[in-house]
Amino acid sequence: MQRHDAPLDSGLSTLAILLLVTCHSSMVQTMESKAQKKWAMVVDLDRCTGCEACVVACHAENNIPTVGEEQAAMGRAMHWMRVERYYQGDFPNVRVKFIPVFCQQCDAAPCEPVCPTYASYHTAEGLNGQVYNRCIGTRYCANACPYNVRFFNFYNPVWEKPLHLQLNPDVSVREVGVMEKCTFCVQRIKAAEITAKADKRELKDGDVQPACAQSCPPKALVFGDLNDPTSEVSRLAGSNRATRLLEELGTKPKVIYLQRESWGDGKES
Amino acid sequence: MEKSPNQITEDLLRPLLRTSPKYYFAVALLAAVVVVAFAAFGYQAYSGLGVSGLRRPVFWGFYITNFVFWIGISHAGTLISAILRLANATWRRPVTRCAEVITVFALSIGAMFPVIHLGRPWLAFWLIPYPSERQIWPNFRSPLVWDFFAINTYLIGSVAFLTLPILPDWALVRDKASGWRKRVYGFLSLGWRGTPRQWSRLESAMHIMAIVIIPVAVSVHTIVSWDFAMAPVPMWHSTIFGPYFVAGAIFSGIAALILAMACLRKFLHLEDYLKPLHFDNLGKLLLMMSLLWFYFVFAERLTTWYGNEPSEMAVFWTTQQGAYAPLFWTMVFCNFLLPFPILAIKRLRTITGTVIASTAVVAGMWLERFLIIVPSLSHKFLPYNWGTYRPTWVEITIMVGTFAGMALLYALFAKAVPIISIWELKLGLHEKSEVRSQETEGRGKLAFGGQEKLET
Repeated sequence: MQRHDAPLDSGLSTLAILLLVTCHSSMVQTMESKAQKKWAMVVDLDRCTGCEACVVACHAENNIPTVGEEQAAMGRAMHWMRVERYYQGDFPNVRVKFIPVFCQQCDAAPCEPVCPTYASYHTAEGLNGQVYNRCIGTRYCANACPYNVRFFNFYNPVWEKPLHLQLNPDVSVREVGVMEKCTFCVQRIKAAEITAKADKRELKDGDVQPACAQSCPPKALVFGDLNDPTSEVSRLAGSNRATRLLEELGTKPKVIYLQRESWGDGKES
Repeated sequence: MEKSPNQITEDLLRPLLRTSPKYYFAVALLAAVVVVAFAAFGYQAYSGLGVSGLRRPVFWGFYITNFVFWIGISHAGTLISAILRLANATWRRPVTRCAEVITVFALSIGAMFPVIHLGRPWLAFWLIPYPSERQIWPNFRSPLVWDFFAINTYLIGSVAFLTLPILPDWALVRDKASGWRKRVYGFLSLGWRGTPRQWSRLESAMHIMAIVIIPVAVSVHTIVSWDFAMAPVPMWHSTIFGPYFVAGAIFSGIAALILAMACLRKFLHLEDYLKPLHFDNLGKLLLMMSLLWFYFVFAERLTTWYGNEPSEMAVFWTTQQGAYAPLFWTMVFCNFLLPFPILAIKRLRTITGTVIASTAVVAGMWLERFLIIVPSLSHKFLPYNWGTYRPTWVEITIMVGTFAGMALLYALFAKAVPIISIWELKLGLHEKSEVRSQETEGRGKLAFGGQEKLET
């Protein structure tokens, strides 16, 4: 009798241990996450002029290939950061709305659970990571993403001379067949963290500047830590203009849009 | 006219022992098309997926359409055959094997598409949970990983379900043939002697498989539908998708079975075995599935329309009235408006009638898969990103190649295996003459009669 029960017992105890380990690790995770950074971006739509300096800066910083006229016309252009244009009204009373859209770094990201190889995953700092080497190119993440911010390398990227000389050594170049997307300039986050650690100090608000925020002339883009109540993003996130894109889908995005209040002509919209 | 057992053997073994030059020609032609399709895939793997028509935001196109389509076709077989076996429908006997073969081949073809469509197909093995030195496993939360397991389970199950009842027939070929054929079929028949013990084991094995394969088949297409339903994409994220896909799969499966049977009847001269009765009965099943399909489409469309959710309505209107409307209404015509009268009116439910209806249904169900995938992806939430999709020659070549591949595999199989189960037909004769069934008691039991419990 005893012998018959033995495998059952050991199976049960293994299960119990597994459960304990899972609970423990998830508890540790929640405890840790309090002290952790929660990187977020605020986009002030009142300030955005639609100049697309952010788009250019992003291309330069992140080694994003240009695909050429023909491929771009087909819909294969890759812009981790794009400025969407929406038109309101009929000619001549047309108003153009700009909205910069990039990876929303969702806390409940639809792209993550669908990836069969963990190429898209949630980092400890709450970013939506994309492991290029692990990506096999199912493109499922891009379909699941409601914001259409994921891009696929349909061909091996080519940089026409002399553009090949300006590749950023801190960012890997992606090969054919993998997905890519905005990383919140994770290389800059890491660099700032390392510098702060070397100087034996905490990261200050404003230490990390993604390329787009750095190059935005009207300062429509503000980057920072939402877990730090004194940061600029936390202050702006408390604005009554603050909203999130497609919030109703429950993706919990970490990009906060400050809605447009005026058209610059004194009239409320 | 009843055929005698010897005549049955003679008729059904003929394709295995004699081959006409026309057959070689057809096989060569089909094989050439398949080779071209493989070359197209090689070209795509070498150059990148850019040679396909895929683009942002339509990242899935013809390949996934074909994937869902072929997996759907694969439900012809095993599921229908298992249900007919369990229901002890005696007319099933000449039909079951050609149905089970469709499953195995359509599933193998369908399972190739998730690999064909990969950006880096050479890394497809990362879906297998093998112990790697980096200790990385596949992501079990991903429906694509569920697919991997569901399809492989179904493939293994349906191969077993197909092979088990072939054993006695391979043994028969072994006994009739000479030379290399005798050796090959001797090996394949796994030492089948036809002892009562072997018969009873075969019988219980088939009974178990017939029961097990039904939930497996249902789960496979449910999981295929979850590839879509799990993603928050307008008109994908729907609870109806599981049963909707399963019903559609059985629908297209029956149509494929009718087409396959019509081809076999014509090319292998099986007029005395695949009779109008079989087409009539399968036609009734097809009619029922056509109604069920229409019910699902109606329920899906009406609830979407009344729900009036803006992002869903964008997809809704593009299929009802917009760019995809011609395809949508062609689909409704092919899947319902055309087959319904043909199959509902007894006078029209002939062999020709069911073949016309089935051709329409196969085309319509292919369109249905396309219309589920592409309009939703091209009309997601942010209108700035709306786009279109048009396949290139690479995708079309590969698709044509899979149809040729299916015909090729079917032709080769019909040459290697009696496409109609000989022993099951003879068993049918046994059941009719009680005298003989008393004489050969061991064999006389019903295959799946359920009248008597078997004890081993």
